[in-house]
Amino acid sequence: MSLAERHDMMENAAWTGGDGSVGDYIALMKPRVMSLVIFTAFVGLMLAPGSVHPVIGAVAILCIAIGAGASGALNMWYDADIDEVMSRTRKRPIPSGKITPEEALAFGMTLSIGSVVTLGLLVNWFAGAFLAFTIFFYAVIYTMWLKRSTPQNIVIGGAAGAFPPMIGWASVTGTVSLESFVLFLIIFMWTPPHFWALALFKKGDYETAGVPMLPNVAGEMNTRHQILAYSIILAPVGVAPYIMGYAGLAYGIASALLGLVFLVLALDVWRKREGTPAQKACLKLFKFSIFYLFALFALLLGENLVTGVMA
Amino acid sequence: MAENEQGIKLTAEQEKKRRSRSLAIAGVLIGLVVLFYIVTIVKLGPDIMNRPL
Repeated sequence: MSLAERHDMMENAAWTGGDGSVGDYIALMKPRVMSLVIFTAFVGLMLAPGSVHPVIGAVAILCIAIGAGASGALNMWYDADIDEVMSRTRKRPIPSGKITPEEALAFGMTLSIGSVVTLGLLVNWFAGAFLAFTIFFYAVIYTMWLKRSTPQNIVIGGAAGAFPPMIGWASVTGTVSLESFVLFLIIFMWTPPHFWALALFKKGDYETAGVPMLPNVAGEMNTRHQILAYSIILAPVGVAPYIMGYAGLAYGIASALLGLVFLVLALDVWRKREGTPAQKACLKLFKFSIFYLFALFALLLGENLVTGVMA
Repeated sequence: MAENEQGIKLTAEQEKKRRSRSLAIAGVLIGLVVLFYIVTIVKLGPDIMNRPL
């Protein structure tokens, strides 16, 4: 979009209220990321010791979800220029011209403040402050600073995606603990192999956009080493809730097996370095990584619900 | 602004989108009122009327 076109659109938007539909604003909140955040935050909330009134629990999850949506909107506002050149993101509301960057910024800020204040007032202020920090971490530390400046962007930025179960936990207890930190650590260690498997697959896209993803900067070989290294750490971290005693034997066995499969697939990515077999191995690891994380948290939740019913 | 003095005519599509946005905002506001009302009741608990005078 040229500068003149953009100016026309903004001027017009001031009178018409913009061209975005409700669906476009929902897309701005990255609903798929939100669904993962809702799920992991809910698991954190359920696993936390003590109890919380179901209504307060639901409010906490709602606020965390809206906070995640706010982060998504702020991310799309700042990253509109790179979204425009990547095939995966070209159809997002800002690059496609449905929402102006100014509207996205206002929307993101309103949701950020709204979700933090509501969580603070209705649940507890520790959880509210934690949510505020998470939004700041994702929008400022990751999006504005790290994403465009270091190939380790998603390692540190991944922390923002790993905080929700801790916020869910803090909504019940008003604090953080080693147990909730382990939930954070599982997602934190999972993020690099998950994204780098995708980055190896979509290398060209990030190159066009000038985003320093690891395969473009450090090379594919180095990326494969790091995927393997993180997978070696991830596999035992996944079993930690069982070792620490807040997950049962079923979780212990399943998480060990899932970790083993993760490791085998990461090894496959490390071994196959050329052509279609390499691409297939990356895609396989990427797809399995989504299942892996979902399965671990679903098992934690399932066990918790079963123990709750039996108690 | 000259354009505004003449009045901007919204297209049918723009009218439709503006209406749906307005309804969504109304829904969110009503939802917030209901939410704060329910949470207030939950937080106060059933014993609020049962206090020494």
